[in-house]
Amino acid sequence: MNRINQKLQEDKKLLSIYFTAGYPQLNDTVSVIQNLENSGVDFIEIGLPFSDPLADGPTIQASSTTALDNGMTSEVLFSQLKDIRKTVTIPLIIMGYFNPIMQYGVEAFCKKCAEIGIDGLIIPDLPVLDYNENYKAIFEKYGLINVFLITPQTSEERIRFIDSISNGFIYMVSSAGVTGAKNSFGNAQKDYFNRIAEMNLKVPQVIGFGISNAATFQMATSKAKGAIIGSAFVKYLTENGVNSISKFITEIR
Amino acid sequence: MSYFVDENGYYGKFGGAYIPEMLYPNVEELRQNYLKIMQEESFKKEFDSLLKEYVGRPTPLYFAKRLSEKYNTKIYLKREDLCHTGAHKVNNTIGQILMAKKLGKNRIIAETGAGQHGVATATVCALMGMECIVYMGEIDIARQAPNVARMKMLGATVVPALSGSRTLKDATNEAIRDWINNPVDTHYIIGSVVGPHPYPDMVARFQSVISEEIKWQLMEKEGKENPDYVIACVGGGSNAAGAFYHYLDEKEVGLIAVEAAGLGVDSGESAATSVLGNEGVIHGSKTLLMQTKDGQITEPYSISAGLDYPGVGPLHAHLCESKRAEFVSITDDEAMQAGLELSELEGIIPAIESSHALAIFKTKNFKKEDVIVLNLSGRGDKDLDTYIKYFKL
Repeated sequence: MNRINQKLQEDKKLLSIYFTAGYPQLNDTVSVIQNLENSGVDFIEIGLPFSDPLADGPTIQASSTTALDNGMTSEVLFSQLKDIRKTVTIPLIIMGYFNPIMQYGVEAFCKKCAEIGIDGLIIPDLPVLDYNENYKAIFEKYGLINVFLITPQTSEERIRFIDSISNGFIYMVSSAGVTGAKNSFGNAQKDYFNRIAEMNLKVPQVIGFGISNAATFQMATSKAKGAIIGSAFVKYLTENGVNSISKFITEIR
Repeated sequence: MSYFVDENGYYGKFGGAYIPEMLYPNVEELRQNYLKIMQEESFKKEFDSLLKEYVGRPTPLYFAKRLSEKYNTKIYLKREDLCHTGAHKVNNTIGQILMAKKLGKNRIIAETGAGQHGVATATVCALMGMECIVYMGEIDIARQAPNVARMKMLGATVVPALSGSRTLKDATNEAIRDWINNPVDTHYIIGSVVGPHPYPDMVARFQSVISEEIKWQLMEKEGKENPDYVIACVGGGSNAAGAFYHYLDEKEVGLIAVEAAGLGVDSGESAATSVLGNEGVIHGSKTLLMQTKDGQITEPYSISAGLDYPGVGPLHAHLCESKRAEFVSITDDEAMQAGLELSELEGIIPAIESSHALAIFKTKNFKKEDVIVLNLSGRGDKDLDTYIKYFKL
């Protein structure tokens, strides 16, 4: 069984962290992952940086630019992660935009992920139907889970369809907007969280975008299986460095 | 082979809608409605009337006698430079603002490079009394001050794009992010035949008035609808899409797309996507684009801000790959000389974008009896500063 599915079966609310590979320094990738696991994070999204990250706010854009300037590429990331499964056991997901993956070759990329022990991919700009028709078989061949996004504007019919072709979890974007930390959620978000919870979907939901602290984490996980923190963590990493990661995680839980 | 968009939004293998889920409802709403709205009688009537009374259409198809004599062939100029606001861009913004109204949107966003599309968008927003936000790279704001001032006079808010290289591609990213953040009340007026389906098709249809007019105008002058060649410059490709549109299936008409070679195709400072680009995804569309081996989008260069884009629209990628259109690259120097030449021979100062198309006559020989239509996409007022510096006027 895929490590993501195993993790989703655990009787707890899951905390996931996103960070940009090759940031703050090119060779920080592995130590960030190890520090996150040691701090009790449940799974990790490793951001493959892209020059034009359409769905990201200023914090993750800036970290992506720095990571690219540092020399991060798909090839470099794979070589950094070559031995990651010798030390890390929690699920690892690569989150990246479609173009770099397409240039690497979707099948070659998936094959490499499987060899390393990556469990899934999140490709925000790969259309659901395109995936379903052209790439699903490849993902399945290499045992990779593809994670789809839904938003407060996604229609019920489309959510049902996405649920039907999902085999891990659904990534619930908390509100209309690009990535970025928020301090609290309003009534519109609460209604949306309730609405999705009441749909009794096949796969669990994990909420991301706008989660930044213990309050937003608790609020998000009151209805969903877990939550993902990205921008707030990247900002913390920028200000405090790799060695203080556990302090950030402790304060969330 | 079809050169028009298919039901899934593709031109051959190019096109599609590679967008994050956050944009799906907006783009889907547009996809489901754009053809229906464009076919409504009330829409067509208002669009046609604004093109006539406000933009000043039809634009002349002018026989350039002295230019023709010099190159020993027959050259007509389609005078899009005479459109209100100085370029063909306004054909599309008129269409899209009417579309936005039909869709019940009251807030308009746009990206701009040199500022021509920004001005054309700000203009129609003023005309319709709609809120207008234009994203423009911080670097472009500094080098296109007169257009920034024009947009401000027209009541638009100009927001600097501070990310990435702070030019057109980043302004486009920022506009898309704005749309993600404001999914309900906002329409995004894309300025070229780029972006997710249905934008390339919708913009091409709004610009197709150019070739529609060429057909009947040429009939009046030459007794036939089809010239031997249609020539247009290509950045994203909207003026070329409009000039080619009604000729795509007319095999006897040669289509020539002129790209900006910048300092030279091999110089590292170029925007010749058809030569330097390969298949990839940019701004929601699968097309030809300039990128690193690792799939990072690279910065193009051209003296002309309107051609300074790292991709071409998916229609043009298809025309290039299928060889329906011939793609030619013209350097900064060749374009500047061609701009000066047209000024001296015909009394028309062209936009530097259009000067690239004009430079074709130095690099390609045409027959004496050939009838050529060159789309003069814009006028050179906005480029006076660049001309002054280049020629030390």
